[in-house]
Amino acid sequence: MIKGIFSKSKKLKYATLPSELSKNEVPEGIMTKCSNCKKIMYTRELQKNLKVCLNCGYHLPMKAYERMNSILDEATFIELNEDMKTGNPLHFPGYEDKIAGDIKKTNMNEAVVTGTGEINGNKVVIAVMDSSFRMGSMGSVVGEKITLAIETADELSVPFIIFTASGGARMQEGVLSLMQMAKTSTALKRFSDNGGLYITIMTHPTTGGVSASFASLGDYNFAEPGALIGFAGRRIIEQTIGEELPEDFQTAEFLLKHGQLDAVIPRLELKEKLSLVLEMHQTGGDLEW
Amino acid sequence: MVGLDFDKPINDLKDKIKELKDFSENANVDLSTEIEKLELRLKKLENDIYDNMKPWDRVQIARHPNRPTTLDYISHLFTDFIELHGDRGFGDDEAIVGGIAKYKGLPVTIVGHQRGKDTKENIRRNFGMPHPEGYRKALRLMKQADKFNRPIICFIDTKGAYPGKAAEERGQSEAIAKNLFEMASMQVPIVCIVIGEGGSGGALALGVGNHIHMLENSTYSVITPEGAASILWKDAAQAKQAAEKMKITAPDLKGLGIIDSIIREVKGGAHHDIKEQAVQIDEVLYASLKELKGMTKEELVNHRYDKFKNIGAYKNS
Repeated sequence: MIKGIFSKSKKLKYATLPSELSKNEVPEGIMTKCSNCKKIMYTRELQKNLKVCLNCGYHLPMKAYERMNSILDEATFIELNEDMKTGNPLHFPGYEDKIAGDIKKTNMNEAVVTGTGEINGNKVVIAVMDSSFRMGSMGSVVGEKITLAIETADELSVPFIIFTASGGARMQEGVLSLMQMAKTSTALKRFSDNGGLYITIMTHPTTGGVSASFASLGDYNFAEPGALIGFAGRRIIEQTIGEELPEDFQTAEFLLKHGQLDAVIPRLELKEKLSLVLEMHQTGGDLEW
Repeated sequence: MVGLDFDKPINDLKDKIKELKDFSENANVDLSTEIEKLELRLKKLENDIYDNMKPWDRVQIARHPNRPTTLDYISHLFTDFIELHGDRGFGDDEAIVGGIAKYKGLPVTIVGHQRGKDTKENIRRNFGMPHPEGYRKALRLMKQADKFNRPIICFIDTKGAYPGKAAEERGQSEAIAKNLFEMASMQVPIVCIVIGEGGSGGALALGVGNHIHMLENSTYSVITPEGAASILWKDAAQAKQAAEKMKITAPDLKGLGIIDSIIREVKGGAHHDIKEQAVQIDEVLYASLKELKGMTKEELVNHRYDKFKNIGAYKNS
């Protein structure tokens, strides 16, 4: 009780307005602070550890290209449709400015990067979503790039792997955004019927229309530890049902317990595990049989 | 190690021999002739007891707390096992485990009932008695195997599907029935091995295979001996008698033409030597898969159809 009073007054005393800079990413400096345990550590060491906190094991968000580097074999990545850009189909006020701002901030044209590459020699088509671009939300470009990636995997007869990170549908594109759920799922169904292998790795956060479409449709649904995964937001659910939700609600571990995930895989084991799964799906490897 | 009633004389004699050995070492007295005699007697006793096991004795072995489980055999027979969880609907039932692994280099899907090794694990795994979500997980993994053309290996080891309120609410019957139905059309080889108790529909839900093998001391029946005794004679205490009458042992099922082969067990039961037991299973599993791998998809489905079509006894008057 007393403690509570203390922290409250403290907060009031030192209330500061976040600057534009701190609102975004922590600037790439020598040191980085873990957003979970608040421990400060060398950025280089943290990056070596694939942005898994050296102190508490928290999985910090990865940028799309960082992810590609951590998963794909060196110099195997070839990007697809990198120049595709978002229009403003509904003439939504301020949308263009927001996109332009995110392009500048992230050095990416949209919230997903797609391409081909190899994982320990296994050829794949891969898509990585990046939550630093419009919270990884899905508009027409994200839907189209993912669909094209699926079609490419189908044409090449190679597995399709996606790392999801998204707040859900892109509000500024309205129902066009909603329909991307159907578009990507339709492409995935055709790919699956043709025998295609599809693996999803849900990372923090995977919610809304993305979790309710391609993110959940893997032959294998994996997730990173602690990732928030769910359809409706925690606050909306609490308001609707009028009760408080458990601490671990909508975490990867919660979903595993409730039958939604095949496995939760720590980031540092991910490449090897993925490569093993891919290896077990290679055809013609069982000649001695 | 937990001893059983019927092989108590063996364990007693083993203890006595050990005692004598220890004594002779410590007191520096030569007792080698006595020890030799006793060891000869032990061998004879083992042969007498283990070669004349009654069905009830086998039930005891099949239920032995140290009897190797699905995960034990997975670690001895396969490499690179990746466990996969969940039915994508309700939950992850730990009374059934499943995943993908390599068997002598060949990618396979494995599913099996999983008992616990101690009380804590048994509570987590519900003593190896699955709920509907367990069977739905198994089916999900088998369909995945079918899609990617991987053989399926099922380990059967359960007293039965869990008889509970929640299980009924979520459709225990439908879940079991669906597995029988869907396993029928799988276009990949399915090999089932009964490693412990094969209890009723809960066992059969992983049992519609091209080949079915049983460990020598495992059982497979429509109901537990206790259950049968209580239904037939209103007295669960007559389980021993029911075990005799119901024909539940591996030799019985072989005689009835239901199983393909009996896998020889380590003397006194698989729990005496897991590694050696795995070798015995390996031989049969390899031969089984080798044979089935030679069949086309259509042949596999027809083979399974014929197998079950031919089970049953009736008279035409």
